[in-house]
Amino acid sequence: MAQTLYDKLMAEHVVREEATTSLIYIDRQLIHEVTSPQAFEGLEIAGRKPWRLDANLAVPDHNVPTTERSAGVSSIKDPISKLQIETLDKNCSDFGINEITMNDIRQGIVHVVGPEQGATLPGMSIVCGDSHTSTHGALGALAFGIGTSEVEHVLATGCLWQSKSKNLKIEVNGKLNKFVSAKDVALYIIGQIGTAGGTGFAIEFAGTTIQELSVEGRMTLCNMAIEAGARVGMVAVDDKTLDYVKGRPMAPTGDEWNKAVEYWNTLHSDEGAHFDQVISINADDIKPQVTWGTSPEMVIGVDGNVPDPDKETDPVKAESIRNALNYIHLKANTPINTVNIDKVFIGSCTNSRIEDLRVAAIVAKGKHIADNIKLALVVPGSGLIKKQAEDEGLDKIFTDAGFEWREAGCSMCLAMNADKLEVGERCASTSNRNFEGRQGQGSFTHLVSPAIAASSAIAGHFSEVK
Amino acid sequence: MEKFTTITSIAAPLDRANIDTDAIIPKQFLKSIKRSGFGPNLFDEWRYLDHGEVGMDNTKRPLNTDFVLNKAQYQGAKILLARENFGCGSSREHAPWALEDYGFKVIIAPSFADIFYNNCFKNGILPIVQDNSIMDKLFTFEGEITIDLESQSVHANDESYAFEVDTERKRRLINGLDDIGLTLQYADDIKSFETTYFKKYPWLN
Repeated sequence: MAQTLYDKLMAEHVVREEATTSLIYIDRQLIHEVTSPQAFEGLEIAGRKPWRLDANLAVPDHNVPTTERSAGVSSIKDPISKLQIETLDKNCSDFGINEITMNDIRQGIVHVVGPEQGATLPGMSIVCGDSHTSTHGALGALAFGIGTSEVEHVLATGCLWQSKSKNLKIEVNGKLNKFVSAKDVALYIIGQIGTAGGTGFAIEFAGTTIQELSVEGRMTLCNMAIEAGARVGMVAVDDKTLDYVKGRPMAPTGDEWNKAVEYWNTLHSDEGAHFDQVISINADDIKPQVTWGTSPEMVIGVDGNVPDPDKETDPVKAESIRNALNYIHLKANTPINTVNIDKVFIGSCTNSRIEDLRVAAIVAKGKHIADNIKLALVVPGSGLIKKQAEDEGLDKIFTDAGFEWREAGCSMCLAMNADKLEVGERCASTSNRNFEGRQGQGSFTHLVSPAIAASSAIAGHFSEVK
Repeated sequence: MEKFTTITSIAAPLDRANIDTDAIIPKQFLKSIKRSGFGPNLFDEWRYLDHGEVGMDNTKRPLNTDFVLNKAQYQGAKILLARENFGCGSSREHAPWALEDYGFKVIIAPSFADIFYNNCFKNGILPIVQDNSIMDKLFTFEGEITIDLESQSVHANDESYAFEVDTERKRRLINGLDDIGLTLQYADDIKSFETTYFKKYPWLN
């Protein structure tokens, strides 16, 4: 029977089937400092050992400083952040888990590091105590976020109980307009289907637009699947996937590579496979996107106006619009490109890869951030991306334009480290969530692509690339 | 884990859609390496008027008296009512830890985000899905509500509303079973799976 990519990946990992749930074998668990300490503590209390050490790879990312940190963990000023990273180091050392520590050049955001190191491979089942684990599906892997109890479960058993999701195909066809990126595609889709539109589904992104995206762009798209409510986002394996994986430190070589490629080339939905739902989108309809509210579905084109709750017929939605406008200090019907910003953040597991930095640098080159911009941050996704960008001279373009060039980490996406917004500050951010208080209590987040973040930094307000 | 049987309590009505886990427990509290003690910071940004940080004495902070959990009639509520897509966003299990630590045992909403829904069962919290029409009734109902997991029903006044729950999850909640212990009963199955699997995909071992 014709199978979807998701069906194939699930079937390949079933250890045991029960009536409504299956025990799924996990090939890779990625670990970071925030959602793992209680899991390790649980193992210790129960006297359990990790099932298969090699399945795990740890890296600290959420709490790490992005400023000067050559002194290592002692560079962390906040004692509680410091303790969390020390706890990860200790747990990995005690249990024998492979960890890329803070000052290793390979350190970075877990969802950037996994693919970069070849720890993420097509066909793998991958979990991490972080919802943006959907990112890894861009390589034709089955990847999803879990809670800390499940982190402990995977550590102890190498497996996880899972119920099968339904299949949703989102087909995007056509050519994207200039400076319209994977981020805009993701935000546009969420605007169309809502933040619960993908709940209960595994999404496969397909169509000519997706085929044309780089693997990095596909990661941006799959990363945001969770913002549409879907734990899993995927793209079928093609030559771009294979080119991306080849030569990565943890990727197979020689005969094993050939054998792997043979299998990986089957990782696509079969002709005629059944999807529970199919959504078609025309690439030409997608403009650069800006969120105006406190949920990723509250999004408009950069030339659009903030919506008017009085024109919304659904009372729950109208109330949500009112709550959002009230929080974010915007009036209905305001053109979004007239709204001034205070800070700019280019980074996060959504948009901190080399091509994100390249496009932002193209926009910023030879220009300078506006006088009203208090801070414009560029935070590469990993130490290796930072080095590559520096080799290409991107750091110089950014610093000449008034941006700050930082060390790798999650940074202002969720503001667990020192990078945060103050009360009342408005930020154009390439991250993934614009929830109330996400980047700092009482602050206002607007999600955009790297190109729009850079052009808005230069204009001082939301602006398309001029 | 504590065994889940029946719960009778007033219900706190939090009449909002898309309540995300950042709102349930803001990020500054995720720095804890413990599993307990998150209750006083549940819904921190809505519940208090000042900015909350780890280590503050929460009993001395100014309360937002308009917020539902601060109203006298909802003190001691073990049931929380909310609207669509409750628990969306971050996978942080600190969200159900905070809800549980505060005292909530049941959350009733028209829909839940997947990861949050899953995390609830790991922490002895029962998430119940009810249609909007029933939610509207529960939101206006003022007395005690009884949740009976065995018969899968919500009782409010003289009315009762059935709900769905996965059989295996129900069994584990009712018996307070440890997931890992149960899975390790299948250790031999896992080992034999690995033997075949790594022969087929040697680059994964």
